[in-house]
Amino acid sequence: MTWDVVLATLAAAIKAGTPILYATLGEILAERTGILNLGLEGMMLIGALTGFLICSMTNNPWLGVLAAIISGGLLALIHAFLTITLRAQQVVSGLALTMFGMGLSGFIGKVVIGVPIAGYFRPFDFPFLSQIPFLGEVFFQQDALVYISYLLIPILSFWIYRTRPGLHMRAVGENPATADAMGISVAGIRYLYTFLGGCLAGLGGAYLSLAYTPVWLENMVAGRGWIAIALVIFASWDPFKALLGSYLFGLVDAVQFRAQALGLAVPSFFLNMTPYVATILVLVFATRETARRHLGAPAALGIPFAREEKT
Amino acid sequence: MNEKVRMEGIFKRFPGVIANDGVDLDIREGEIHALLGENGAGKTTLMCVLAGIYSPDAGTIRIDGEKALIRSPRDAIHAGIGMVHQHFMLVAPYSVAENVTLGLNKPRFLLNERKLEAEVGKVAQSFGIQVDPHAKIWQLSVGEQQRVEILKSLYRGAKILILDEPTAVLTPQEVRELFATLRQMAKAGHTLVIISHKLEEVMSLSDRISIMRKGKRIATVNTKDTNPTELARLMVGREMLFELHKEKATPGDEVLSFCNLHALSDKGLPALRDISLSVRSKEIVGIAGVAGNGQRELAEVITGLRSATSGKVLVNGKDVTNNSPRQVIDQGVAHIPEDRKGAGTAPNLCVLDNLMLKCYRVEPFKNGPLLNLGRIREFAAKLVKQFQISTPSLETPVKLLSGGNVQKLILAREIATFSELMIAVHPTRGLDVGATEDVHQMLLEQRSKGAAILLISEDLDELLALSDRIDVIYEGKFMGEVPADADQIETIGLMMAGKKGEIQQPVPAGIRAQA
Repeated sequence: MTWDVVLATLAAAIKAGTPILYATLGEILAERTGILNLGLEGMMLIGALTGFLICSMTNNPWLGVLAAIISGGLLALIHAFLTITLRAQQVVSGLALTMFGMGLSGFIGKVVIGVPIAGYFRPFDFPFLSQIPFLGEVFFQQDALVYISYLLIPILSFWIYRTRPGLHMRAVGENPATADAMGISVAGIRYLYTFLGGCLAGLGGAYLSLAYTPVWLENMVAGRGWIAIALVIFASWDPFKALLGSYLFGLVDAVQFRAQALGLAVPSFFLNMTPYVATILVLVFATRETARRHLGAPAALGIPFAREEKT
Repeated sequence: MNEKVRMEGIFKRFPGVIANDGVDLDIREGEIHALLGENGAGKTTLMCVLAGIYSPDAGTIRIDGEKALIRSPRDAIHAGIGMVHQHFMLVAPYSVAENVTLGLNKPRFLLNERKLEAEVGKVAQSFGIQVDPHAKIWQLSVGEQQRVEILKSLYRGAKILILDEPTAVLTPQEVRELFATLRQMAKAGHTLVIISHKLEEVMSLSDRISIMRKGKRIATVNTKDTNPTELARLMVGREMLFELHKEKATPGDEVLSFCNLHALSDKGLPALRDISLSVRSKEIVGIAGVAGNGQRELAEVITGLRSATSGKVLVNGKDVTNNSPRQVIDQGVAHIPEDRKGAGTAPNLCVLDNLMLKCYRVEPFKNGPLLNLGRIREFAAKLVKQFQISTPSLETPVKLLSGGNVQKLILAREIATFSELMIAVHPTRGLDVGATEDVHQMLLEQRSKGAAILLISEDLDELLALSDRIDVIYEGKFMGEVPADADQIETIGLMMAGKKGEIQQPVPAGIRAQA
């Protein structure tokens, strides 16, 4: 293998990791406030489809992305309403959301299967930075959505750990009763971050249909939402570690794709399987590690809160 | 003194119970007002209404003579009301300063930890509260956490401070410190409400006492015009037996012994560190200590629910270390667990099923692979009658019974067939005076029948009344052993705080048995 192939594979890994990264960041936001949203896959699919439709109508990928963000957020609001206001089981509601997203996107998307779009996100050389040898070639010859994701990481990290809204958000996920007694609106905060989480998931979906492979295919998210949910645990709810995990998966994806292209003598089914097998392996090790070092999931994750409930 | 708070006709219903039934209460400015009553009398509910945690179904609240609408904790904070809950409202992974300023909008956006800590430290100092603003909550002792809670309210400018059972988790020395702080605060013009069910405590601290019973305020009295006997009568509604009939100890053979026991907590940290003890028949050995010092782990290791990492547990000379719970039960060990609705009962199952949990696999209750329901029913009905478990029927799910009745059910099940060894963990926690008396009598009965009993409790009065000797546990180690004598309370308190007793490590089990 030549150096060029290595560079191309690494750059492809970044690309493949980006949709997972967006979804993981979204899920981190929701889970930090105690809301487990298993509807990631559904929100990504709806985001992918909405983005694609709007873009093909307007020929403006940015409008597509905006629509995807809003649609993902709206879908998440269903989950928020069910679990926060009605206090339904978060797991059941999230699964329902995934089913709903898969069904709806498959149904509406029939008309645009295989239709090409003109305007989508194309890679461009980032001024100056792309000239750096190796780093520039891997990280800075990408498309705009990738560059935005680079920015998002430090912003979210700063928000979560260094600001008062971030402190309140974490407090709601750790101990909602305390946050409530201190005058913080638990429901308000949970609604907000569940919505924002949905927005990011929608954006992740849109990356798939507007940048990664600019077409619409039924079920094109192909389990990336589930991988993102697993990655949240691997990342122990931290944006920087989410970046690491997402690119790791991107790399697995890129390598298996390249292996298939090279016509490796392994059945393609096995190669297609690798990202999911990697998910299971990561979960096994990450969970063991978190259990060993008591790296905390937000203490109130998955637990509905009601002020007057007697415990 | 001016009237600070007036609550009128407060009515609050929870599913199935009326917690507050038209309660009137007035609290004066600068006083320490005690709210006295048994568990379930409605004290905490009433104060949660004042603190905005519960919204009342009816009733009004006036503060400084003006009608106040308190619909949420935020409203209560604005009205100058702060509450220190029995279960602390603190975020464990956060620092003291972060907890104290949680929910405030100052600073609005950027957190400057050092500045925040300095400011919190300054305020703490001005109120004479000693606490490190930089420390994380989980690193603090329970007493320190309580100080953080008090500081939290004061930092928000609370003029009225409510404390729910503030002494329940403290050592006697910490209680004294707390009381001094509280008196100082009252002198500085704060109004304090203390929720308690301990007569002595209320007598020594408060200016006035309101007694609650079954959701109603029965009376309000000036502390200097009353006495514990009157208070007890008002609280319980009848004369109380203060004396337990306890025969002199005549210990027999060693039943339980464990030596050099080590075990880990749920978090994987050492919970028991090299502890040894023996309990003989016809003897009650008490384990005193502040909650979370290894008591639960000790009970679980003996009953087979947790594995020991090293050391030995012997029951009647037989090694039962790391046996399964069933094997331990078969050795004749009864267990009254701390967690009544978790380890003690299956709350969704009925009274009948719960009474049978331990003996369904022996004759005559089994019939081959089937249950002999006729026999079981007969036996359960007998137990319900004998132990005066008040339940609508044998088919009633246990979760609908009151705490006292659940505890009686557990006792009935564990005592039904005589057990040579009984491990009782907080057997009367949360029970009213009547039920507590019953449980105490039952334990003493078992003792005179020849059982060896290990009694783990946080209630020193209970330990002193029931035990023959008391061992104090601190951070998983025994600090020493004292005879169960009221004079020892000071020594016990010191050992609970981690001071070694004069009697060093208890003599290892085997040696003492020979003596």
